[in-house]
Amino acid sequence: MEIPRPQTGGRFVRRIADRLAGAPENASRVWEGIQLARHQERPYTLDYIARLCTDFEELHGDRLFGDDPALVCGIGRYHDEPVAIIGQQKGRDTHERTYRNFGMPSPEGYRKAMRVMALAERLEIPLVTLIDTPGAFPGAGAEQRGQGSAISHSIRTMSRLRVPTVAVIIGEGSSGGALAIGVADRVLMLENATYSVISPEGAAAILWRDAGKARLAAAAFRPTAANCYRWGVVDAVVPEPKGGAHRDPDEAARLVDGYLTRALRELRALPSGERRRLRAERFRRLGPFREIPPDAAALAAGRGEPTSARSDLPNA
Amino acid sequence: MNRVNVSIDRLRQLAHRAEHRPARIPADERSCPRCESHYSAEEMRRNFRVCPACGHHFPAGAHDRLDQLAGPGGWTELWPGLRAADPLGFYDLKAYSDRAQDAEAQTGLGEAIVCAELEVRGRPAVAAIMDFAFMGGSMGAVVGEKLARACDHAAGRALPLLIVTASGGARMQEGVLALMQMAKSVIALDGLAEAGQPVIVVLAHPTTGGVWASFASLGDVIYAEPGALIAFSGPRVIEQTTREKLAPDFGKAELQLHNGQVDAVVDRREMPERIARVLGILHRPQRQQPPGAPGPVQWAQEGAGRAARAAQSIPGLSRRLVDRIRPGHDGDGS
Repeated sequence: MEIPRPQTGGRFVRRIADRLAGAPENASRVWEGIQLARHQERPYTLDYIARLCTDFEELHGDRLFGDDPALVCGIGRYHDEPVAIIGQQKGRDTHERTYRNFGMPSPEGYRKAMRVMALAERLEIPLVTLIDTPGAFPGAGAEQRGQGSAISHSIRTMSRLRVPTVAVIIGEGSSGGALAIGVADRVLMLENATYSVISPEGAAAILWRDAGKARLAAAAFRPTAANCYRWGVVDAVVPEPKGGAHRDPDEAARLVDGYLTRALRELRALPSGERRRLRAERFRRLGPFREIPPDAAALAAGRGEPTSARSDLPNA
Repeated sequence: MNRVNVSIDRLRQLAHRAEHRPARIPADERSCPRCESHYSAEEMRRNFRVCPACGHHFPAGAHDRLDQLAGPGGWTELWPGLRAADPLGFYDLKAYSDRAQDAEAQTGLGEAIVCAELEVRGRPAVAAIMDFAFMGGSMGAVVGEKLARACDHAAGRALPLLIVTASGGARMQEGVLALMQMAKSVIALDGLAEAGQPVIVVLAHPTTGGVWASFASLGDVIYAEPGALIAFSGPRVIEQTTREKLAPDFGKAELQLHNGQVDAVVDRREMPERIARVLGILHRPQRQQPPGAPGPVQWAQEGAGRAARAAQSIPGLSRRLVDRIRPGHDGDGS
């Protein structure tokens, strides 16, 4: 199975990923990584914003229904340039966790995000997204207000932008709730962050019919930064301070800063129409498949001869 | 003292049912879960797998749907040779590669989506039809790729795209790469939109997760089959995560119509008619511009000329008034 190597990011951003890719991988190691990604002292979106921006103004409300504290949106001053920022925010204590809804955005959050994306596009300022969510909020109210279409429209809006866009997976990146703000020109991922189609607990409940099998699910998904880099899903892996980002949030932010500035500098050098085209190409390439000759396909599917018995060819 | 109210009639009914229900429903018959009517396979096929008594919609396969839309054999399959790879070497209770092969052997499908070129009541279109029977209709790299190719194909031939969804969402066995198919499909659909072609989406039971949260909710016209579950998070996920008690009609097509998430709930038996109607309304004959007709630039120039002449024809006093009102005043009288 040939996995395409990302062609972006430059040699120095690949170095750490290559080192990580070579690291031995087993269930308990993957599980440890997931615990780090979810560590409650781990820096969250607002912690990074406070360290990266000299000035930041948070914007509230989707102008349609309400405001969503689980998704922080705003404009900030970054290296003396304006930048638009969107990111999921978790809480540290019970009160804040409830207020932030555990970092699970509702449709109004994604609609607010789209409003800020449009603002970035109109004022021609780059967009940075910080991803840290167990998933979009599952609830009857969210469904009623169109959680599905909020996410799909957010994906579409972000994929259409002509300004430079960088997504950084800083903690947990799970499901469409993460991808809704993840369709960027460059996707960076912190060393201990995770990026997956579903949380390990969710997968265990569905595939093993037992939420307690989360460790097993995590080992099967291998949602680590090294793997995401190998599969071409992320362009660079940002190293964390020894022991994890929570050990030294300032140093973690400094490391993110270095990769982010570099990515933005590379992207600014491209013509604006080119960015959108390359972004579309980048996502188009993701996901390997096989192609077998049509005759063989018809035979395998039992349609080669008229009404041929499928049992003749169980696994052609 | 506790009393249990059960009517004798109800007990008799239950006893009767237990006696008369066949131990196993024979393969050539289907019994309706709603009204318990029994049908032969032939009856079911003739009625497009909709219960003639109560209108319950049974799951329908991709090939059956294509036969219904275009007439038996009236369609040509596109890219039948695409097969899933196993990038993660995924193993849950069974290896993913075995699962995919078993699904192929059981369903006769290469993947959870079938693409075809067809005519619906004489209206040409490209179709991408999902089939729930193949691994829950889940979206992996092949579904993403086929959708992307279908969009390109439709754009290249200036044809509308028709999508029927029946899917539990992203295919977990492909991990984060399955998640990426959401972005891939949305971007592909956008390319078709830029080519000026419409997308009609039909949501069948169930359409949930990453499929609903990507291309399925981006149709220009979105129809739903009666009773179809349409949701980002299914009822089980919601009840497990938030312990929220859900109404029995949660996420059902009829409720989603009320919520403003779909354009109409359409009976499968009338679906080809409705689709053909929309295709007919949106059909654009290749119009030739009649010689001598003004182009857009000419229109603008003529308009500007008229405006200038009109300004000149304003008598002197009025023009002075106009000039005085114009600069800086917005009429608020502040």
